[in-house]
Amino acid sequence: MKSKFKNLMLSVFGLVVMASCEFDDFKEPGSIFEGRIVYQGQPIGIAYNEVEFQLWESGWEQEIPITVTVSQEGGFSTVLFDAEYRLVIPSHQGPFITLQNQETNSDTILVSLNGNRTLDIEVLPYYMISNPQFNASGNDVNASFGLDQIITGADQRNVERVNLYISKTYFVDAKTSISSVELGGGDITDLSDIDLSTGIPEMTPDQSYVYARVGVKIDGVEDMMFSPIQRIDI
Amino acid sequence: MIKIISDMKNSLLIMILLLLFLGVACNDDDFLNKDPRNILLDKQVWESEGLVLAVLADLYGRYPDYQTIENWSEFTNFDEAFASSFGSYGRHHNQDWSYFDWGYWDYGFIREINLFISKGEEAVRLSEDVRERFLAEARFLRAAVYFEMVKRMGGVPLILESLTYDYSGDPSYLQYPRVKEHKIYDFVISEMQAIKDILPDDPSVKARATKGAALAMTMRAALYAGSIAKYGATTPDVSLPGGEVGIPATMAADYYQTVLDAFSEMSGYALYDRNPDPGDNFANLFLDKNNNPEVIFVEDFKLQSGKTHGFTISNQPRYQSEEQEGGRINPSLNLVQSFELLDNTFAPLPIRTTDDLDYLYYDEPTDLFENRDPRLRGTVLLPGTRFKETDVEIWAGYLLSDNTVITGDQFGAKASLPGVEEDVQVVGFSGPIDNLEFSAQTGFYIRKYLDPTPGSGQRGVQSEVWWVRYRYGEVLLNAAEAAFELGMVDIAAGYMNQVRSRAGMPTGLTPGEITFDRIVHERKVELAFEGHQLWDMKRWRLAHIVWDGSSEPLTNDPGNAMEPSTRPFGLWPYKIHAPGESNHGKWVFKEVLPSQVTNPDRFRLGNYYSGIGDDLLNRNPKLVRNPNH
Repeated sequence: MKSKFKNLMLSVFGLVVMASCEFDDFKEPGSIFEGRIVYQGQPIGIAYNEVEFQLWESGWEQEIPITVTVSQEGGFSTVLFDAEYRLVIPSHQGPFITLQNQETNSDTILVSLNGNRTLDIEVLPYYMISNPQFNASGNDVNASFGLDQIITGADQRNVERVNLYISKTYFVDAKTSISSVELGGGDITDLSDIDLSTGIPEMTPDQSYVYARVGVKIDGVEDMMFSPIQRIDI
Repeated sequence: MIKIISDMKNSLLIMILLLLFLGVACNDDDFLNKDPRNILLDKQVWESEGLVLAVLADLYGRYPDYQTIENWSEFTNFDEAFASSFGSYGRHHNQDWSYFDWGYWDYGFIREINLFISKGEEAVRLSEDVRERFLAEARFLRAAVYFEMVKRMGGVPLILESLTYDYSGDPSYLQYPRVKEHKIYDFVISEMQAIKDILPDDPSVKARATKGAALAMTMRAALYAGSIAKYGATTPDVSLPGGEVGIPATMAADYYQTVLDAFSEMSGYALYDRNPDPGDNFANLFLDKNNNPEVIFVEDFKLQSGKTHGFTISNQPRYQSEEQEGGRINPSLNLVQSFELLDNTFAPLPIRTTDDLDYLYYDEPTDLFENRDPRLRGTVLLPGTRFKETDVEIWAGYLLSDNTVITGDQFGAKASLPGVEEDVQVVGFSGPIDNLEFSAQTGFYIRKYLDPTPGSGQRGVQSEVWWVRYRYGEVLLNAAEAAFELGMVDIAAGYMNQVRSRAGMPTGLTPGEITFDRIVHERKVELAFEGHQLWDMKRWRLAHIVWDGSSEPLTNDPGNAMEPSTRPFGLWPYKIHAPGESNHGKWVFKEVLPSQVTNPDRFRLGNYYSGIGDDLLNRNPKLVRNPNH
């Protein structure tokens, strides 16, 4: 009797397991969509968690975008279902303006996803940081770099300030910096040759290196633009 | 024969019964329409003054606020305070606020108020003046809801009647677009203009709408609109082409003038001044319910009525707390050092010698805060002060002459001190202990709104301190700001000095000293923990400058409105243990950053106006998104 009951329970259990496998069995998204935000092939450095863009897919009951966050080195990576997406960078995102897309006659980019895909999104930054050099001397980090103005004419914007940030970790920006120095846009005499220097404070626990990069804040643009990150051994 | 008769008898009986039954059943109205016994119908409600008041009380009870005496945990969302509570540490871990934070979109409530108004207009059984007052109060509440929505979302659809769907399959006639931002402010101002003379002109009425409350709302709404018009010009990106967000700069002067016009009509209120000690007086201003001359409009609470709140339970000093909790709001050093010196100057708290080589030594911990604006004592429980006749017990440990700290990791912990035989208490019973919830992790507790009545900190009793939504002190500062913006600095100085002299500042400000920074500062210290900070920072377009996301150290220039302040700092008192030396038993202070504060706050341009949900945008294609979303 007891074993009969046990068998019954077992088969019920088996049925439940199999039944629950049957339903609720959507395939997970499997296509990797990745790339960078670039200007003439060069990625645009930004602060982490600050810049994002949207992917829209038509045909559903509600239109709700998938937001994709861009990494501090200008790259992005997301796992999606295969579909036709419209990629939009909202106007206030990033230290750049978007380019007119030939296909859509707007800044919307059509992304047709069928398997993995890599796409570099070309944009027009207000400035580019050229030739950033970092070195440590004594207890200071020195940086020198230049700024190339890319957007001129009606849309041009001034430099509000430039900063040198140093950080204990690979994440380097205003949020994480342990020391920084700032130079107002009006105090820059030569855009092609800017020198900044800041001291390295005491670190707990002690470490023999820091990460550094320079950033530029543009008038009226929320997100800053950064040079590549440089490790500096003290 | 007998059988036939009896058959006939039976049939007759059946027929009569059937007739009787049909006769009853035919009266459909009586049989099918029964008045419910568990709810009151509209027509029953609208013939009784008491029942209408009960409906209205429900509407009052749903008055929208952001930070309040009940929703106090939001006070720790910015730089005014640190949240000393395990569940709230996330407020100091985040880097920025969601675009949907402090959003508000409540057309369910608007619909109920609109229904109340339309039913009230048809209610003929109520006496005329009673009915008029009810209707004016409902319009007051509706304007308050729209004011709250425009503060948070910008221009919203302005709907003044209840809408009903006709099930035709086409809901597009119910889809209203957003109106311009200034239209909502204009609506609030014109509604107040229309009802102010219907509402009672009686300063003793606090919990219901009065003429004073209507004028105070006019002033606040006009001031907000005026400053958005003026300072919105500094953030051109925070606007929409259709005007749903952003007010033309040319309209600023008219709004500021509206503030002053409404102020000139205000009468019957005065600043609270009943206590010789200005610090205690400032604290009592919020506690005294006995014909308080300053308070204009409140949400009231009453013990043993079911409407009480637990502000004091959650925020009382941990030492001698009436429950095993408390101390959740820890005012930040950022706020504390903003209280100026009695000679009207600003300075960080002096804790180090000018050459920064040594501490400054104080005989008592309260000596550090001497010569500060007395409102500091009225707003914050400082180390060395008392609450409910008990020391707050805030001290972080002993400091030896070789700079060793001796402290403990639990409330009032004991340890051995060099040269002392028995173990002694080495940390306060309220902390501060880093990372220990309910301890004063910034070195301070809140005093404003904290109820000193015995039992107020018990769950079974709670507190009946009211939540002040409008008070005369704010009205004066609103008038001062409007006068300043219109260039009338002497008038502005007069209003400001009324507030400041009540606060206990001995010398007044000269008209030349009234600057934008002064206005910002005065509101910061006078109105701290009253739910103004976020809206003020938004309308001045200062939020993205002050909460700029940088990990800057604490400012040395607390009088400067544009100084970044992204993390709540603390200040811990230590007792010197150096027997035989002159400093033995004296107090020193260390600036600290609570270890739970791991990230600075960053207010993005998209935070100026909260996000409208995708569900709303999908249901109503006429709605436009807020800027930068």
